[in-house]
Amino acid sequence: MKRLILFVFFLNIIIALNAQKFITKNGYIGFYSHTSVEEIKGDNNQVVGILDTSTGEMVFQALIKSFHFDRALMEEHFNENYMESDKFPKSVFKGKISNLSSVDFTKPGTYDVTVDGDLTIHDVTNKISAKGSIEVVNGGINASSKFKIVPEDYKIIIPGVVRDKIDKNLEVTVTMKYTPIAGK
Amino acid sequence: MRRLFLAFLFLLCPLAIFAQDDLMNLLDQNSPKQINYTTATFKSTRVMNGHSIERMPAGQLDVRISHRFGQINTGGYNFYGLDQSNIHLSLEYGITNWLMVGIGRGEYEKTFDGFTKFSILRQSTGAKEMPVSVSVLTSAAMKTIKFQNPAVTNYFTSRLSYVAQVLVARKISEALSVQLTPSYVHRNMVATELDPNDLFAMGAGARLKLTKRTSLNAEYYYLVNPRTYMSQKVYNPLSIGFDIETGGHVFQLFFTNSIGMIEKAFIGETTGTWTKGDIRFGFNISRVFTLKKHANPAGNQ
Repeated sequence: MKRLILFVFFLNIIIALNAQKFITKNGYIGFYSHTSVEEIKGDNNQVVGILDTSTGEMVFQALIKSFHFDRALMEEHFNENYMESDKFPKSVFKGKISNLSSVDFTKPGTYDVTVDGDLTIHDVTNKISAKGSIEVVNGGINASSKFKIVPEDYKIIIPGVVRDKIDKNLEVTVTMKYTPIAGK
Repeated sequence: MRRLFLAFLFLLCPLAIFAQDDLMNLLDQNSPKQINYTTATFKSTRVMNGHSIERMPAGQLDVRISHRFGQINTGGYNFYGLDQSNIHLSLEYGITNWLMVGIGRGEYEKTFDGFTKFSILRQSTGAKEMPVSVSVLTSAAMKTIKFQNPAVTNYFTSRLSYVAQVLVARKISEALSVQLTPSYVHRNMVATELDPNDLFAMGAGARLKLTKRTSLNAEYYYLVNPRTYMSQKVYNPLSIGFDIETGGHVFQLFFTNSIGMIEKAFIGETTGTWTKGDIRFGFNISRVFTLKKHANPAGNQ
């Protein structure tokens, strides 16, 4: 009996180690729009992200009010008029690394990945697929990606008067530096 | 057999944790609790005539042009008041995110005025709960109109007046905000011995957001001082109108019974009344310029 329990115990540990989850609470998500009239850059350095290396699942959560701009008026309009942050305070991404088998999380190195998932902004969810890279380093995992989104896809209304000030496609940059979650 | 079954059950335990929704729960558990500060209680730094709790963030300059036309009941010959005008110009700047200063010059009594507005408390939810936003306004004004009787000794200090206000506002919902403004005005010199140098008033303001960029505003100041001891009839200023925001501009268009555009003028010296039709059309135009960009953007400061 004792041997059986010990065996099950060790088996659990082995499975648990493989199911290691990584977290970051200071992940970076930024978006950038460039037109001849205006340059818009919003940065959020307080994104919480979790990566599960055994399944390749990644989730991010960003508070809209944590996106900061160099102009206070731009930040106010972003929250009040475009993103309606009081109604929709968060943006969430739930996805998966589609080529998980090509990544070896135990060997340091850089791997090209494609992540597919659901991106929810302004309470609208769209499927996106983005190319990125995963860098396995000592003590953590760094992940980064750049992709484009169209604001109208998320029902963000940009009035005709200012439409030319904002690029049709916004470039989104994601940079996460994960560290392992202690325990499970 | 039972032991094997139990062992199997134990093996299943770690597998149960792999669901993606569980990842979301883990995310929620690990998200730091943020303070959610209320923003945009009002669309600009004024409710209508009087100040709102809103301030200019650090490095932002507000150029304001305020205009009051003549009274509508002066008839068609005077184009219902549009022939007459009273103007006030001001420059208002955010020194820090909680301290704002302004200087202005108005046509009424050719007055120069200056103010400082401190943001003391900000309404917030989340990690820290604060039900109201509170600001304090201090202002001084100097009228430069020539003295009525140059033959007597006229003192410079007679030109001065001071104002102190505590502004308390709450954004009740996305659409509705209200503000209470207890005010104190001190005028160094008044018209007669009957008139009080110190005035006390309670201001009340509200705004109802109609669309993302327009709102309906109303403002009323109740002058507490008894009117029997004043040399001329003064009334409480009441203003009702709209705020329209377009990008960097905020236009405030309204009807009011007071010609004054600074506290000292509209609180104690409003001689028109709505009941007699002494209403005038007025507007404020506010244009905000960003003079100093934030290197390390200050959001929820």
